[in-house]
Amino acid sequence: MTLTVDFAHKFGDVSLDIGFAVHQPGVTALFGPSGAGKTTCVNVVAGLLRPDRGFVKLGGKTMLDTARQVCVPARRRRIGYVFQDARLFPHLNVARNLEFGAKRAEKPLPEAETDRIIKLLGLKKLLTRAPRGLSGGERQRVALARALMSNPKALLLDEPLASLDQGRKADIMPYLERLHEDARLPIVLVSHSIDEVTRLAGNMVVLGDGRVAASGPVDAIMSRLDLFPLTGRFEAGAVISGEIAAHDDQAAMTTVVFPGGQMIVPRLTGVPGQTVRLRVRSRDVMLALAPPSAISANNVLEGRVADLRIDAGAFVDVRLDCGGTMLLARITRLSRERLRIERGMRMWAVVKSVGVDRSSDNARRSEPAELR
Amino acid sequence: MSAVDGWLTAAEMQALFLSLKVSLVAVIGALPFALGTSVLLTRQFPGHSVLNALVHLPLVLPPVVMGYLLLVTFGLNAPLGAWLDQTFGIRFMFSWTGAALAAGIITFPFQVRAIRLSMEAIDPGLTEAAETLGAGPLDRFVSITLPLAGPGILAGAITAFAASLGEFGAIITFVSNIPGETRTLPLAIYTAIQTPGGEASAARLVLLAIALAFAGLILSELAAVRLKRLAGQ
Repeated sequence: MTLTVDFAHKFGDVSLDIGFAVHQPGVTALFGPSGAGKTTCVNVVAGLLRPDRGFVKLGGKTMLDTARQVCVPARRRRIGYVFQDARLFPHLNVARNLEFGAKRAEKPLPEAETDRIIKLLGLKKLLTRAPRGLSGGERQRVALARALMSNPKALLLDEPLASLDQGRKADIMPYLERLHEDARLPIVLVSHSIDEVTRLAGNMVVLGDGRVAASGPVDAIMSRLDLFPLTGRFEAGAVISGEIAAHDDQAAMTTVVFPGGQMIVPRLTGVPGQTVRLRVRSRDVMLALAPPSAISANNVLEGRVADLRIDAGAFVDVRLDCGGTMLLARITRLSRERLRIERGMRMWAVVKSVGVDRSSDNARRSEPAELR
Repeated sequence: MSAVDGWLTAAEMQALFLSLKVSLVAVIGALPFALGTSVLLTRQFPGHSVLNALVHLPLVLPPVVMGYLLLVTFGLNAPLGAWLDQTFGIRFMFSWTGAALAAGIITFPFQVRAIRLSMEAIDPGLTEAAETLGAGPLDRFVSITLPLAGPGILAGAITAFAASLGEFGAIITFVSNIPGETRTLPLAIYTAIQTPGGEASAARLVLLAIALAFAGLILSELAAVRLKRLAGQ
């Protein structure tokens, strides 16, 4: 099921011209600062906003083509939408909110499937409750289930976590992650948080100034230095895809292997062979001209300087190609001059284990604030 | 009712029940039109302010003017009145249905006002959400807008009912003051005052009118609170 979007729209002095495609089931993040056109974009896909010019196609069916005067109304598009503010119907209890979606589905879901969704989102105990008695996280879970019950062909999530405080985010994150792994349909996740994107999405589309600045797999995008103004400097970091090689239960550590090396990180949940993504923030990576010894850091990776980004400030961002896996390091301009770092140089990256964050974790784990 | 029986005369009872019947029919008959008008007024279209003014006209026009207008529209010599009489056998003239028509039109603004306010208070995001779940326009109106506007609809209906009970000028002008047919409570009070020795009767009817109006307002308040709770607000 492919989702193709291409539209231009102008309101006031903001003009948007956005085009991208989502090819496989799984989560694609629409990422960008507020005002970049993320919500407008999903509204166009859902059919809630008709753009000045536009084209939307889902699974071979044209939903919108302004050139040919085609515009399928929102209710016939079969695209699930989870709004930032949940928008549960206040006069219906949770079960009847869910039914609202289920009853109007083109092809109703089999009962086993609706039971699975209720279980997946942990709603069994909430079914008889009224929306106004629910917490923010519970509301979002109900809204998500309601959208899934309508048996959509694609799912749009507009900042589902934005209105929640940190605790509630931790409450719903595992459910979204399960959805990500369980995904049978294309999911578009709108977010302005890099943390959310790296934890939940496989692909990302970066929006800036009403245009698509970049799109592709999250790992590739996050290691691009030229996108820092958009992806956010102090949040910047590489995302490494690897698999669990072994656990050391005594030391409570896990070894993760990936093309070009391995890394020892604090104990992860998961079985050996399972794919995991690690996020290594560029501030937590140190560079050395020779392999260092007798240091506390567990991970030393050899690589070549693939790219340098120098700006007016005190910092330099270095992209290190470690046998196909990209690492980012943020060092000062002073260090760069002292070590005379240039493109193509052989260097060693030192990564402290405690600086590594698992970016897609099934287990409930509170946000490791001390690592940020 | 036996306690009331001994207290009120047969003619006074007749006026009371006629008033209740006229008001009930007036409110129920006007409700669909009030709903339609409210939906129209929540949207923007050319002529919006003209329609809005037209709806509120009965609030500011002298009721006797409304009665006159009804007379020249639905009278048997008027084209519409004659057509209704010959085609359907419907006559408003000198009939309690005419009293209900007059009361319905006079109290129409009360219904529209309450319904429109409650419809405008509904988060448009909810109907959008319903749309993405596959609900068409009528479906959205019935399953989202109507239940959420419920408290407003009921409050408007009760206020209109209480106001209908008091309508005088338009009724007496349009359908006259016929005992048992168009002599509602206010007309009965007027008649009693005009009749020598009718002071006691007038006083009883006045007390009754005050009690009814008061009960209506309290009921409206209670119902709105109850429905709001049901609607989860």
